[in-house]
Amino acid sequence: MAQILNTVNVTMQFAGLTAVDNVNIDQKEGEILALIGPNGAGKTTLFNMLTGVYKPTSGEIFYKGENITGLRPFQLVRKGITRTFQNIRLFKDMTTLENLLVASPDCKDENILAAVFGGRSLRQKRGLVVEQCESILEILKLQDKLEELACNLPYGKQRLLEIGRALATGADYLLLDEPGAGMNSMEKEELAQVIRYLTKEMHKNILLIEHDMPFVMGISDRIVVLDHGVKIAEGLPSEIQNNQQVIEAYLGKGIPEDDD
Amino acid sequence: MNRKIQQFVFEHKKVVIPIAALIFLGLPFFVTNSYFLHILIMVCIYICLALSLNLVTGYAGQLVLGHAAFYGIGAYAGALLMLKLHVNFFAALLLSAAITGFFGFLLGMPALRLRGDYLAIVTLGFGEIVRLVFVNWKGLTRGPAGLPGIPSPQIFGFAISGRTEFYYLALILALFTIFFMVKLINSGVGMAMQTVKNDEIAAEAIGIQPRKYKIMAFVISSAFAGMIGCFFASYLSYISPTAFVYNTSMTILTMVVLGGLGSIMGSVLGASILVIVPEMLRFLNDYRMLIFGALMVFMMIFKPEGFWGAGKRRRNIYKINSEVPDHGSNS
Ligand SMILES: Nc1ncnc2c1ncn2[C@@H]1O[C@H](COP(=O)(O)OP(=O)(O)OP(=O)(O)O)[C@@H](O)[C@H]1O
Ligand SMILES: [Mg+2]
Repeated sequence: MAQILNTVNVTMQFAGLTAVDNVNIDQKEGEILALIGPNGAGKTTLFNMLTGVYKPTSGEIFYKGENITGLRPFQLVRKGITRTFQNIRLFKDMTTLENLLVASPDCKDENILAAVFGGRSLRQKRGLVVEQCESILEILKLQDKLEELACNLPYGKQRLLEIGRALATGADYLLLDEPGAGMNSMEKEELAQVIRYLTKEMHKNILLIEHDMPFVMGISDRIVVLDHGVKIAEGLPSEIQNNQQVIEAYLGKGIPEDDD
Repeated sequence: MNRKIQQFVFEHKKVVIPIAALIFLGLPFFVTNSYFLHILIMVCIYICLALSLNLVTGYAGQLVLGHAAFYGIGAYAGALLMLKLHVNFFAALLLSAAITGFFGFLLGMPALRLRGDYLAIVTLGFGEIVRLVFVNWKGLTRGPAGLPGIPSPQIFGFAISGRTEFYYLALILALFTIFFMVKLINSGVGMAMQTVKNDEIAAEAIGIQPRKYKIMAFVISSAFAGMIGCFFASYLSYISPTAFVYNTSMTILTMVVLGGLGSIMGSVLGASILVIVPEMLRFLNDYRMLIFGALMVFMMIFKPEGFWGAGKRRRNIYKINSEVPDHGSNS
């Protein structure tokens, strides 16, 4: 299978602290890859490099074979890479639907004059965008919350809405930073279904960070483990579960059941 | 109570808007006093100024403290075009909007690298520099003496010179500005601008380039201020640097904030109230500004979201606008 993403010795240093240290990961098309590791391991920092928020101190990132190191986040979205955030970053005073609309390329690329003076064809184009966004919201079971302000949604729904917003960009590579954080077990089950649907039916590629081990083991095809910025293990869920180094990284206590 | 009024207006807008339009169109028939007409014209001018500032500050979230500079650039550009090059008023209106928009672009470029307080200081400095240019470039602007004899608009050989005619022209410009801003804010472009104010990192993560939308906001905002500046020059037929000082910038900003940041109706109300109320308080002489200041402090304490806060805006106008009868298949 074709390679979707790979990194070559990416490193991120913050004033003396090496948050990510010479990490090489690669992900095949269609594969759900999970990134795990104790708090402060450098997972989010790696995400920030992959999505262009940080420029790596050294090393390179390739997306579908193309070197994307140092591109800005909005440029990466055009290449098909987008993300969600560990601490939810929705547009709080916009509605559910508006959060998706604004992410849709057709919406944000509107020409100013057409947007102001446009008539029927503009309305039709917008109608299509709205329909697309509504169908995404249906997948996430948010279709009855269209007019709700994002900040008024329950926490679990906000996490789903962030995934919806990422989908609305049309990107096909999604990086989800702890999508299940703060969800109850029922919501997590729903989330797992959504993630499976996205990969199986919509052919999205997903890289996710998650602390809930049963969830990670259940959903991912392969797992990469970071500790103190270093990749300490990589393999199938069953291999990771029994990896001595991984168990030690989690303070010798064994892999936590769910630390959130 | 405020909320009920807002709801009423939204729900009955098909009736309220035409009635409001009729009132504004009919006003000159009742208001024959030219002083009152002058106040109405100033209301229209400040509506344009407040709305244009609201775009960049209220919607795109970039605090601009020198908006009067754009107003002034438009006024001087328009005046000079009409005086020196004998350009027709309406062409001058467009040209001064374009010239001022270009200055907005020039200010926007470096300003984009700055945030919050720093941006505010740079725009403040810009306002001061522009004023100093008006005062000191005597060869062009005649300095503090100002530019007299700016011609009135001409349409098909018919000169607009009476207060009533100027009022209608000002009304048309104000209505056009309102129309433009409402459409813009509820478009994809406008929503993208608002995300930049909301959360730049999230905006970038979904493919929005903050710089692009900030520059757009700067350019459109300054172009509208410049356009109305040109009108102002022609209306008074005389301009001098004193009209475009720091105080004017503050007045415009106060209108926007008091009306409600990020609300079109708020800016319209803010501009109307802040032009009319100080005039009504004129009999208080020197106490006028004192009482006015106290009122504003009172407002900010008890109603910080402004007269017409953005919190109660109608939702998903993008969607409502986009409903086409012969299209919506699944809803
Ligand atoms: N912008 C920054 N400046 C300085 N240090 C940073 C910055 N971002 C992250 N770090 C540091 O880098 C290390 C890795 O942080 P990171 O957020 O990537 O961890 P994480 O694996 O996502 O942890 P968690 O599971 O808690 O989310 C931490 O020690 C953190 O303090
Ligand atoms: Mg993290």
